[in-house]
Formats: sequence, structure tokens, C-alpha cells
Amino acid sequence: MKPPPFGYAAPCTLEETLGLLAELGHDAKVLAGGQSLIPLLSMRLTAPHTLVDINRIPGLGGISITPKGSVVVGALVRHAELLADESAHSANPLLRRATSQVAHPAIRNRGTTCGSVAHADPSGEMTAILAITGGSVRVASAGGGQRDVSATDFFLGPLESSLRPDELAVSVRFGAPAARTGSAFLELARRRGDYAMCGAAVTVTLDEDGAVSDVRAAYLSVGPVPEVHDLSAAVTGQPYASADWVAAGALAASLVDPEGDLHASADYRRRLVAVLTERALAQAAADAVARTQEAASCL
Amino acid sequence: MSLIEEQFTVSLSVNGTTRPVTVPARRLLSDAIRHDLELTGTHVGCEHGVCGACTVLLDGAPVRSCLMFAVQAEGHAITTVEGLADANGRLHPVQEAFRDCHGLQCGFCTPGFLTTIAAALEEYEPGADVSDEEAREIVGGNLCRCTGYQNIVKAVGRAQEIRTERAGRADGDAATSAGR
Ligand SMILES: Cc1cc2nc3c(=O)[nH]c(=O)nc-3n(C[C@H](O)[C@H](O)[C@H](O)COP(=O)(O)OP(=O)(O)OC[C@H]3O[C@@H](n4cnc5c(N)ncnc54)[C@H](O)[C@@H]3O)c2cc1C
Ligand code: FES
Ligand code: FES
Repeated sequence: MKPPPFGYAAPCTLEETLGLLAELGHDAKVLAGGQSLIPLLSMRLTAPHTLVDINRIPGLGGISITPKGSVVVGALVRHAELLADESAHSANPLLRRATSQVAHPAIRNRGTTCGSVAHADPSGEMTAILAITGGSVRVASAGGGQRDVSATDFFLGPLESSLRPDELAVSVRFGAPAARTGSAFLELARRRGDYAMCGAAVTVTLDEDGAVSDVRAAYLSVGPVPEVHDLSAAVTGQPYASADWVAAGALAASLVDPEGDLHASADYRRRLVAVLTERALAQAAADAVARTQEAASCL
Repeated sequence: MSLIEEQFTVSLSVNGTTRPVTVPARRLLSDAIRHDLELTGTHVGCEHGVCGACTVLLDGAPVRSCLMFAVQAEGHAITTVEGLADANGRLHPVQEAFRDCHGLQCGFCTPGFLTTIAAALEEYEPGADVSDEEAREIVGGNLCRCTGYQNIVKAVGRAQEIRTERAGRADGDAATSAGR
């Protein structure tokens, strides 16, 4: 399995890169970590005229935390770098919980978080995390300057995003958790590091009395795009310690419409949605309590 | 696309030696290492990132050489399985451990396991304990069709023991020479 011939450009500035993408249009493909694109090339599932390698552009790396607590991840930040980053972890623990489930160390050393999002694979962890954190993608183009695209507008279908061929994703922003909010991430894969048969990223928000006020979940390997489901109706107002997470799981299972494939049938996936949701919500509620106490002790 | 592919001359620094290769952009790093540099210790199994046989160290960190192009490797230091033993030919602790524990049968997957484990153990101080659970995690991204993995997991622990023994000996040597 060898990639087909292609032209290769490795520009050293963002301007040059955007110029090339504008000039080449549909003939070009961005090469970031290559951990999804190179297998596709080798399997001859894609044959771009020119690869535009962004690995030499300075200034596309770096992780920063905004004053409001969002985590901004530059286009050349590898999964391994996000996983190790303490400031990102304390701003939003969901990022490390999910990134640790992305493939294996050798893949994480090369693959990028931004590339994962740009690839728009509904089985990818980071697409679900972008969705549930209400995140966005910053895209740049030669003529159009930069714009932010919300997760909702970004993902159009499996492996399909609203990125235009002349656009580069320069960073992704994962939204900050609200006050008194905890999160959890659970997935089931045949082997650790494989793409999950089903995964759930959830958040639970408590009110000042410790009752559940808001519950959300996003899933991987369940729908064509990472949708965020509001499960509050099943548990709002219940004390977190005795909340009916089983009912929330059942509600989730009734809202999703998974497809079956080689790895898992549709029914099995729906069952996994219920079970993983139930377990993840209990963890997220405990996390909400811990984070609320931590925040109080910081005052 | 023209019939003659554009060729790129790249300096590849492998196991401490830098050599130029002239390759088309689509030459996978794994193929450049095997065919252009004739270092056939790096094996190629699946060519899509799944098996781990082609794993090499890029600036010390394990990566799949089948998921990189040779033209991207300029300026990076690559270590292949041939570069694990020291200059005097003494086996790397992981290599010695694989021999001790019978961690290989046909050997096809072995170079990928050795590079992966060698890099992972760098995260541990000599003397630190590597649990079986951690050992399984370390090798979880590599496939072996022969051994059933048990002896490979054992070899991870054994390699850490050898590192500890060697560090102890080095300390002893340093103490003796300091006392002289
Ligand atoms: C064995 C194996 C197991 C894996 N397991 C998982 C897993 O469990 N979970 C998971 O989420 N992923 C998994 N992956 C995929 C991995 O996470 C990739 O790193 C990721 O999907 C793509 O990131 P990349 O930087 O490698 O992008 P590339 O492969 O370079 O690019 C992927 C696509 O995104 C586009 N692109 C990339 N960056 C940009 C950008 N900045 N702007 C515009 N377009 C861009 C490219 O043009 C291409 O179409 C696995 C990969 C392998 C090989
Ligand atoms: S040959 Fe590279 S991972 Fe299998
Ligand atoms: S020893 Fe034969 S594949 Fe591992």
C-alpha cells in the first residue's frame, strides 16, 4: 500500500500557505499530523493533486487559556501535548479524559487535536468534546481573514466539515465549563486505543442546593455528527446523590439513532448509550461536587 | 500530474549518522529507512498505522514511520532498532529483556515493540516499579501474531530491572572511581 503521486509544498509562513490553498482550491489537501490522511492516501481512498504540509509554519503551536476559561489549541499541537498540558487540564478536565482515549502514544505523538476536529470523524473523541463544550474552530483564508465557526455549524456529516478548500483551521477553542459543573468521559472499545464502539462525554450542573439543574451529553460513533443532547428533563431538581441516572440513560437512548456496522449493531450501540450515560452522569455529578468545593476553598 | 515525479533531496539523520536521500514526496519514511538507507531492521506490516511494526523514535518519541513522509523528517533525529544497542554493541536493556523472557518468536513485530518500550521506559527512573497494568498500556498499540503477549509484558518489567541493575553498577563505578 503506497500513496499515489502528489505534488508537495511545505510553506514556512501562514500567508504563503493561505495563498497556496486559495490558488489550488480543490486540488490541495492540508497535511497536519498525517495520522488520518496518510492511511487514506495509502489505501488510495483520496488522491489530492498537492499536499500542503503545515508542519513548518511557526506560530501554529501553543495552548492558551482565555480569561473566561476556554482552552485554545493551535493547529500544530499534537494530541500528546494537550494530554500533558496542566493548565488545559485544570481549565477543563474533560480534555485530558478524552485525549487519553485517542489512539495510542505513537499516534498521539504525531496527530493533532485540530486535525482530529478538521477530519470531522464522528468516531473521534475530540469532535464530541468540541460539541459538548460549545466550542468553535478558528478558520483563516487568504481573502477572508479569520472567522470563528461554532461546532454546530462546523460538522456537516461523517468526515465532512464546513471548511472550504481555501481555508485552514488555525486553532480550535474548547468552551469553559459553567459554574458548579462536573464532567466525565467514558467509552467502550474492543481494545484500548481503538476507535470506540460508543463513547459518551457528559456534563452535570448542580444548583446552589446540590440539586441537578442541567445535564448534557454528546456521543461518539453514534450519529453522523456529534450532537449534544439535553437530558435535564429526566433528572432536574433531584438531589445529585439520589438522582435517577438510569432514567437519564433511557432518555438518551430514546434520543439517539445509531447505525449498525461491523463493530457493533445499532441495538447494541443504543444499549451502550444508556449504560455509558448512566455511569458517566454519576461520575460527572461527583466531579461537580468536587469542583464546587474546590472553587469555594479558593475564595 | 506529470509522468516523472519531482524528486526531493533530504538529509536523514538516523542513529546519529546523517545521509542524503533523493526521493519523491510520497516516499514513506519507513520505505526510505528500509530501501534508501538499507536499514531493514524497521519492519513494515500494515502500512496504515495499526500494527506498530514500523515504529521508530523521532527526537526520542515513538512514531509510526509508515505515517510520515521522508521529506518531513529533515531536521529530526531518528532512532531505529539498529540504534538501540550502545556504541560497544551492548544490547539495550529492552533487547536483553526480550532475550531473557523469550519475548519474540518470528521477530516480525519485535523492532516496533523494542523502540516503543525503550521510549516508554525513559519516563521511569531506574528503580521505579513498572506494574503489569502499565506494561500492558505501553505495548497496547503494537500487534504480535506469535507470542500471545505474556512474555512481552514480562519483558517490560525485566527491562526495567536491567535498567535498575545497570544504573546501580554505574553508581558503584562512579563511587569507586571517586574513592580512588
Ligand atoms: C491506528 C490509529 C488509531 C487511531 N485511533 C483514533 C481514536 O481512537 N480516536 C481518534 O479520534 N482518532 C484516532 N486516530 C486518528 C488520529 O487521532 C489523527 O491524529 C486525527 O484524526 C487527525 O489528525 P492529524 O493531525 O493526523 O491530521 P491529518 O491526517 O494530517 O489530516 C486529517 C484531515 O484533516 C485535514 N486537516 C488537518 N489539519 C487541518 C487544518 N489545520 N486545517 C484544515 N484542514 C486540516 C486534512 O486535510 C485531512 O483531510 C487514529 C489513527 C490511527 C492511525
Ligand atoms: S506498518 Fe506502520 S503501523 Fe503497521
Ligand atoms: S513474534 Fe511473530 S509477530 Fe510478534
